Amino acid sequence: MAALRVATGGGHWFSALALGVTLLKCLLIPTYHSTDFEVHRNWLAITHSLPLSQWYYEATSEWTLDYPPLFAWFEYVLSHVAKLFDGEMLNVQNLNYSSSRTVLFQRLSVIFADALFVYAVHECCKCIDGKKASKELTENPKFILSVLLLWNFGLIIVDHIHFQYNGFLLGLMLLSIARLFQKRALEGAVLFAALLHFKHIYLYVAPAYGIYLLRSYCFTANKPDGSVRWDSFSLARVASLGLIVFIVSAVSLGPFLALVSSLFVSITLSLEENNLFLLLLLFRKGNKLQQSNNVLPAIGLQLKLLDPNKIPKASMTSGLVQQFEHTVLPSVTPLATFICTLLAILPSVFCLWFKPQGPKGFLRCLILCALSAFMFGWHVHEKAILLAVLPMSLLSVGKAGDASIFLILTTAGHYSLFPLLFTAPELPIKTLLMLLFTIYSISSLKMLFRKEKPLFNWMEKVYLLGLGPLEICCEFIFPLTAWRPQYPFIPLLLTSVYCAVGITYAWFQLYVSVLTDPAVLRTKKQ
Amino acid sequence: MEKLPFMTIVVLIGLTVRWTVSLNSYSGAGKSPMFGDYEAQRHWQEITFNLPVKQWYFNTSDNNLKYWGLDYPPLTAYHSLLCSYVANFINPDWIALHTSRGYESQAHKLFMRTTVFIADLLIYVPAVILYCCCLKETSTKGKVANALCILLYPGLILIDYGHFQYNSVSLGFALWGVLGVSCGWDVLGSLAFCLALNYKQMELYHSLPFFCFLLGKCFKQGLKGKGFVLLMKLACTVVASFFLCWLPFLTEREQTLQVLRRLFPVDRGLFEDKVANIWCSINVFLKIKDILPRHSQVILSFCFTFLSLLPACIKLTLQPSPRGFKFTLVSCALSFFLFSFQVHEKSILLVSLPVCLVLNEIPFISTWFLLVSTFSMLPLLLKDELLMPSVVTMTAFFIACTNSYSIFEKISEEELQLKSFSISVRKYLPNFTFLPRMIQHLFLTSVMAMVLLTLLMVTLDPPQKLPDLFPVLVCFVSCLHFLFFLAYFNIIIMWDSRNRRNQKKIN
Repeated sequence: MAALRVATGGGHWFSALALGVTLLKCLLIPTYHSTDFEVHRNWLAITHSLPLSQWYYEATSEWTLDYPPLFAWFEYVLSHVAKLFDGEMLNVQNLNYSSSRTVLFQRLSVIFADALFVYAVHECCKCIDGKKASKELTENPKFILSVLLLWNFGLIIVDHIHFQYNGFLLGLMLLSIARLFQKRALEGAVLFAALLHFKHIYLYVAPAYGIYLLRSYCFTANKPDGSVRWDSFSLARVASLGLIVFIVSAVSLGPFLALVSSLFVSITLSLEENNLFLLLLLFRKGNKLQQSNNVLPAIGLQLKLLDPNKIPKASMTSGLVQQFEHTVLPSVTPLATFICTLLAILPSVFCLWFKPQGPKGFLRCLILCALSAFMFGWHVHEKAILLAVLPMSLLSVGKAGDASIFLILTTAGHYSLFPLLFTAPELPIKTLLMLLFTIYSISSLKMLFRKEKPLFNWMEKVYLLGLGPLEICCEFIFPLTAWRPQYPFIPLLLTSVYCAVGITYAWFQLYVSVLTDPAVLRTKKQ
Repeated sequence: MEKLPFMTIVVLIGLTVRWTVSLNSYSGAGKSPMFGDYEAQRHWQEITFNLPVKQWYFNTSDNNLKYWGLDYPPLTAYHSLLCSYVANFINPDWIALHTSRGYESQAHKLFMRTTVFIADLLIYVPAVILYCCCLKETSTKGKVANALCILLYPGLILIDYGHFQYNSVSLGFALWGVLGVSCGWDVLGSLAFCLALNYKQMELYHSLPFFCFLLGKCFKQGLKGKGFVLLMKLACTVVASFFLCWLPFLTEREQTLQVLRRLFPVDRGLFEDKVANIWCSINVFLKIKDILPRHSQVILSFCFTFLSLLPACIKLTLQPSPRGFKFTLVSCALSFFLFSFQVHEKSILLVSLPVCLVLNEIPFISTWFLLVSTFSMLPLLLKDELLMPSVVTMTAFFIACTNSYSIFEKISEEELQLKSFSISVRKYLPNFTFLPRMIQHLFLTSVMAMVLLTLLMVTLDPPQKLPDLFPVLVCFVSCLHFLFFLAYFNIIIMWDSRNRRNQKKIN
C-alpha cells in the first residue's frame, strides 16, 4: 500500500503536478512533429556512427550538427539507448526515417530529459519566500509557481509536439538561477557554463551572468550607498570562476582538441571559446528558421505587403528559408541587429552593476537580456521567447506589478507560438492547452494579489481579449476568404504584429520597473 | 463564483485528454473487409442519408444488414442523419451510397472525432459539471476534484475517442435523467432518460432503478392524491417521448416489429467475443452455449438477472432516496452486465457511470471498480492499438483519485460504509473485524494481478493451443472482481439507509 501511495505522488502536490504533466506529455506522443524531429534523429545517427573528427563536417543531411559539443555528447549517449529501440534510425543515410519505434524513443527521450527540468522547478520553488503561504493550496505561491513552470504551455508544445529538447536546457538555466539564489554561486556558474556548451542561444543571457558574478561574487562588499568597494575585490574568487569555466570547456571541447589532425581543431586552438560559438552561430545562420515575431521583420513584412508578388511564396511556411531582401525598407544587417541588441541590453546591465539588488536584480537583468535579444537579435526563433517567459514566472509570484507584466508577456509570447503547429488535428490541442494555461495563470495570480490593485488596466484587458477574435480570424475566417491563395501569409503577419506589440509593451514595462525601482535604499537597510 | 476558473480548468483538462486520445488509432483501422465500429458509424451515416426512413432497418439491395446494419434505436439513426448532412457538406464522398464503404482518410477521421467531441461537449460534460455543483455537503475544492475524476474516467474516453462510439450521448442523457430525478424535476428527468433509452437500448440496464425510484416517490406522496398525479404525468411523458422518437416507424406494424427485432437480436447468442460476465467465465469450464437450447439460455439468464437485482429494487421502491437510487443504479446495471443475455464488453460503461456518481461517497471502492472496469476492456483496447493511451489515462485517473480523495486513508469500516453490516455480523461472529484489512489486501492483490496480466499480454505470445488465453484470463479475473463488487454494493444498499437514519438520530 505504501509503495502504491508513493508511486501515485504520495499525496504531495508537487509530485502529483509533475506526474500529471508527464502523463500529458506521454499522450502527446502521436501528435505531429516538425522537421526538428529529423534534425535530432540525424544528430543521433551522426554521433553514433561517425568518428569524432567528422561530427561537425558530416553533411549528408541538410540538418548538420550545429549545436555545441556537449549537446553532441548528449546525443551520443542517447544513441546508445536508441540502439535498443530501432537501430535503423542511427544510419546517417536513412533520411527522414520515422518508424513508430523511432518516434517513441525520441519522444520518450525528451520526456525523460525533462526530469532535470522538474528537479530545477523543485529547487526554484524553494527560493521564493513562502511567507504568504496560506492554508489554501491554490493560493500558495510555491504551488502557483510550480504549475506555471511545469505546465508551461510554450514548453509543452515546443518540446513535446513540435519536438525539441528545451525542457532540460531551460531546466539547467533555472537550476543555475536557483543556485545563485541559494548563494551557491560557483555551482550556478558551472551549470551555466555547461548550458552554454549545450546550446549557444543562451549567450543572450550571458551578460547578466557575467556582470552579476563579477559584481556580487567577485566583489565581496559594498559601500554604504550601495556602490562598489573596489578594494573588496577577491582574486581567489575570480580564479575559481575562471577555473570552472576552463574545466567545463575542457570537458566539452577537449576530445576535439585531442584530434590534432583536424583542421577544425586548428581553428579551435587559435580561437577562444566564444569564437567557436560565433562560428557555430554563423553555421546556424544558413540553417533553419521559421518566421519569428521579432520586431524588425514584423515591421519589414508589414511594409513589404505593398508588393506581395516579389515575396518568395515558400518563405512563410517552409523551414529552410533565410535571408530575404526587404523590398521597401532597407534590409536589416546582422551588424545593425547586433548594435540594437547591445544598446537594448546595456541599461539593464548598468543597473545590475550600479544598483545591485541581489539575485532578484540579476533575474530581472537576465529576463531583460533575453527579451532584448529576442526583440532585436539577428535570426531569432519564435521559440526563444521561452528564454524570457520561464524566468519571468519566478518573478511573477513575488509582486503584483511583475505579475501583470508576466501575464502579458506570456500570453502574447505563447500565442506567437501558435503558427508552429499548423496541422488541423493539433488545432484543438493548442487551443485547449493555451486556454488552460492562460486561464490558470490569470485567475491564480489574481487570487494571489487580490488585496492589491487590479492586475490589468483597460488597455491591457482589451489587448488580451483581442487574442480571441484574432485566433478566430486567422484559423477559421481567413481560410474561407478569397485572399487565401494570394496572400497566404496574412494570418502569420497579423499574429506576429499583434504579439510583437504585446511583447514590446511587456519589455518596456519591465524596463521601466527596473530603472525606477528605488532598490538602493532597500539594500542599505538590509 | 470562486470555483468558476477551476471548473473551467478541469473541463479543459478533460477535453485535452479526450482530444489527445482521439489522435490514436480507431477500431478496425485498415482492416478490410469488415473494419470496425468506426466504419459502422460511418455506414449508418451513409444509410440514413441516402435511404428513406422506411428502409433503414430493413435488408434491401441498398442496405445489407449483414454489413453493420443499424441495430440501435431511432435516436441514434437521427444522430447519424444529422452528422451525415454535415459530412455531405464537407465531402460527399464520405457518405456516397455503396462506393464509400470502408472509406478512410485523415480528414474523415478528424471529422468523425469532432462529431464525438461535440456530442460529448454538449451532453455529457455539462451534465457532469452540473452534477458536481449540485453535490451537497462538499466543499468547493471537493466539487472541482470530483468533476476532474469523473471527467478523467479512462473507460469512457478510450471507448469513445479511441475505439470510436457515441457512449457519451446515451450516458450523458442518463446522467441528465439521474440529475433531474434526484433534484426533484421528475418529469424532465424521465424525459432525459427516455432520450437515453431511445439512443441505446442498453440503457435498459438503468431503467429498473428509475422506475422503482419514481414509483416509490409516487407511493410516498400517496397513490390517492399527489402521487397519482405524478404517476400520470410521468406516464404521459414517457409515452409521449417514445411516441415522438418512434413516429416514423409506427405507421406500419411490420416496421415497428423489425426495429425491435434489430434492437434485441436474440439469435446472436448468450455472449459475444470475450466479456467479463458470468456466462463467459463459466464457459471456461462448462460450455453452456452448446449444452442448453437457445430459449432456455434466455430464460436462465433472465432468471439470474431478475433474482440478483430484486432485493435492491424492492428496497428502493419502499424507501426511495437519491442516495439509495444511485447505489441501486450501480447494483442493477452490474447485475445486468453479469447475468443478462448478449452482453458486450463495452456495456461495463453503463455500470461505470453510476459508480462515478458515488465516487465521492466511497472513493476507495469506486476507484478500484473504475480501474477494473477499464482493465476488463483491455483485450479490445489492445486490438485497437490503444495500449499507450490506456496505460497513461489509467495512471492519470488513479493519480487524480488518490490525490483528490486521499483514498488510502479512507479504508476504515466507516469510510467503506460497512459499519452497520459489520455490527450486524458481529452479533453472530464477535471476531469479525478483519474486513477492512482484507479489502486492503484484496486491492493490492488485484492491482498486482492487473499489472502482471497487462505485462504478460503485451510482451508474451499466447501458446499455440490456447490463442485466447490472455483475453479469457482478463475476463475471468475481471468477472471475479465484478462479483465481489456486486456483493459489496448489495450489502451497502441493504444495510444502509435505515441505520444511517438511526445514526443521525443518535447524533
